[in-house]
Amino acid sequence: MARSPRKSTAAAATPVVDEQPALRALQDAHTANPRYPASDEQLLKFYEQMLLIRRFEERAGQLYGLGLIGGFCHLYIGQEAVAVGLQSALREGHDSVITGYRDHGHMLAYGIDPKVIMAELTGREAGISRGKGGSMHMFSTEHKFYGGHGIVGAQVPLGAGLAFGHKYREDGGVCLAYFGDGASNQGQVYEAFNMAALWQLPIIFVIENNGYAMGTAVKRGSAETHFHRRGTAFRIPGMDVNGMDVLAVRGAAEIALEYVRGGNGPVLMELQTYRYRGHSMSDPAKYRTREEVQDMRDNHDPIEAAKAELIKRGVGEDQLKSIDKAIRAQVAEAADFAENSAEPAPAELYTDVLVETY
Amino acid sequence: MAVELKMPALSPTMEEGTLSRWLVKEGDTVRSGDILAEIETDKATMEFEAVDEGTVGQILVPEGTEGVKVGTVIATLSGDGEAAPAAAAAPVAAPTPAPRAEIAPPPPRAAAVAEIPPGTNMHSATVREALRDAMAEEMRRDARVFVMGEEVAEYQGAYKVTQGLLEEFGPKRVIDTPITEYGFAGIGTGAAMGGLRPIVEFMTFNFAMQAIDHIINSAAKTNYMSGGQMRCPIVFRGPNGAASRVGAQHSQNYGPWYASVPGLVVIAPYDAADAKGLLKAAIRSEDPVVFLENELVYGRSFELPELDDHVLPIGKARVVREGHDVTIVTYSIGVAFALEAAAELAGEGIEAEIIDLRTLRPLDTATVLASLKKTNRVVVVEEGFPVCSIASEIVTVCMEEGFDDLDAPVLRVCNEDVPLPYAANLEKAALIDTARVVAAVKRVCYR
Repeated sequence: MARSPRKSTAAAATPVVDEQPALRALQDAHTANPRYPASDEQLLKFYEQMLLIRRFEERAGQLYGLGLIGGFCHLYIGQEAVAVGLQSALREGHDSVITGYRDHGHMLAYGIDPKVIMAELTGREAGISRGKGGSMHMFSTEHKFYGGHGIVGAQVPLGAGLAFGHKYREDGGVCLAYFGDGASNQGQVYEAFNMAALWQLPIIFVIENNGYAMGTAVKRGSAETHFHRRGTAFRIPGMDVNGMDVLAVRGAAEIALEYVRGGNGPVLMELQTYRYRGHSMSDPAKYRTREEVQDMRDNHDPIEAAKAELIKRGVGEDQLKSIDKAIRAQVAEAADFAENSAEPAPAELYTDVLVETY
Repeated sequence: MAVELKMPALSPTMEEGTLSRWLVKEGDTVRSGDILAEIETDKATMEFEAVDEGTVGQILVPEGTEGVKVGTVIATLSGDGEAAPAAAAAPVAAPTPAPRAEIAPPPPRAAAVAEIPPGTNMHSATVREALRDAMAEEMRRDARVFVMGEEVAEYQGAYKVTQGLLEEFGPKRVIDTPITEYGFAGIGTGAAMGGLRPIVEFMTFNFAMQAIDHIINSAAKTNYMSGGQMRCPIVFRGPNGAASRVGAQHSQNYGPWYASVPGLVVIAPYDAADAKGLLKAAIRSEDPVVFLENELVYGRSFELPELDDHVLPIGKARVVREGHDVTIVTYSIGVAFALEAAAELAGEGIEAEIIDLRTLRPLDTATVLASLKKTNRVVVVEEGFPVCSIASEIVTVCMEEGFDDLDAPVLRVCNEDVPLPYAANLEKAALIDTARVVAAVKRVCYR
């Protein structure tokens, strides 16, 4: 892999930065105040949200193994601190979020009911897309979560379009557009960068660098592996963030949001993170070692780190256990709901092709 | 030795123009690069430069003259001494391009049932004006509507379709984009998902190939994939099909491509009234619409109803001409060839019924089948490739649902199955024309 989060954490002290002061101002601010000063209550909430994603995804993996979930299923395990740290800083239902196909975590972090997500994974009528979308194609306009897109990189201009809408309506909203290190090499990403910077759109481009584009390590697919510098040509300031530390992510989000909400145009954030599971469920895992994955789990896990910090702050183990128990029950309930809901009625095949009747 | 300065062709499809202003007078000495005159075409006002030096002799066409045909001698230039061959304007005063679509003036508009109330005042307008008016009216009506694309604002539209919109609606709603189709189609689609009503103009649909992923994967499929939760009310519009002498990469009809995709509405109007009424309907639709125009038709004038709100139904074909011997099914510029063929055939005692599909998806098969039931013969006329075409689809519909009504095989009149060549003679050979329509009709009529 190109850079492990451990290296990037170390690198955070001496980050790879741009020469232009304006382009590195946000990075400098982040380096000066690397972590969000969360209250115990806030940190507990982050812990709870990350744990929900972890347990949800573990259960989704099980259901896939049982044949209840089909097709592609991309799990977010290991990356939880990114979605939780960033989205906790947003105004839910006001700021918009869009992502690619690894979307379960972003939905859970935006407060969308795990039951309707899991039921979509099992292809049931009660699913959030009535069983017609599946893992990669889920949406909640009510929460301003705009998908769930299966074409690598497509969500980046779409996100710029959502940001365009915020600016057009002058509603003060911001769009958070997630994509991966793999999508970062798509041409349309740079077309979107150009127009977002040209029109000063309120958008944060979030690159979740988990080290691998499917099975291709960053250094094997990218000439510039420091993705936060990829906006330099468009005068978009970049930030290099430890995506395994939820408070570092939240701290960076505060800085980026203040900049974007101030009408200064887009920000490009690179989150150093890691996925423990395969790219999708059918990943042969031949491109990295077991030791590398184990090292990440043992030494850099965002949930274990948050837990340790909570204990250090004096939160009782009992309280954490009861949170864990409640989440397990919530996920079990979602799985039961997803397994026992009805499949879509055959007539659903023909509905929703067009909105209107012509 | 006097050189003739001829009215130049300033665009591939220009047939005539207005000589707006002379910037020189008789007796003036001019040098290479001096601006001689301003000429207004249907696309833009352009400056006409001298390419060599000499003295302006006679000015033969006074300024302000409209409808000056390409190739008309507008002035003479005396050579500057014996050795100066003042080949002024030679490159632009090349032989008049033979416009391939020499179309007779359109007949009065057939009264489509209940679409235009009887007694409505009509005035003449070009398709270009009708499209612009449709956008302007919808932008006045709904603040969510905006138009974006290459050269739509300050340039006033590469084909002048968005002329005047910037002035009325300002840069917030009339937005020039960089040349980046994939990106701005995605931004438009995202804006639609977020609740706005974008009109995305492609300079031509050939360039939309760069953006087709967003049209199909992002715009067309979202409503279905979201179980009806997330809509994408967007209009992708621009000229489609062959223009004139622009070669293979700029000359293709994408109607069949988009019409094959569930989740899209595809409209391809012919005349001004349909262009306006259907574009207004497209902008109001909750569904993503691909709206295919035709460059060669932009400048043609038709009757346009003077109605406050002329909106036509999507998905309804129009019987343009009634007849009982044969049905010609067509759309877009094909309607012009069909009308011309029908006039010729009438002279030989064959009365053709012409159906303008107008909407390619959803297809109004009922109107086609009703006409087939009446005439028992069908010819499909389509300016586009024959393979996997709208014509193929109409043939299938006739086979599957109208077989018992057929007295002859359904024939297709399509372009030749080759990339469009540049050479004038080859291009002419590749494209449909009236003679081919006449021949096909005679074949199905066994005449």
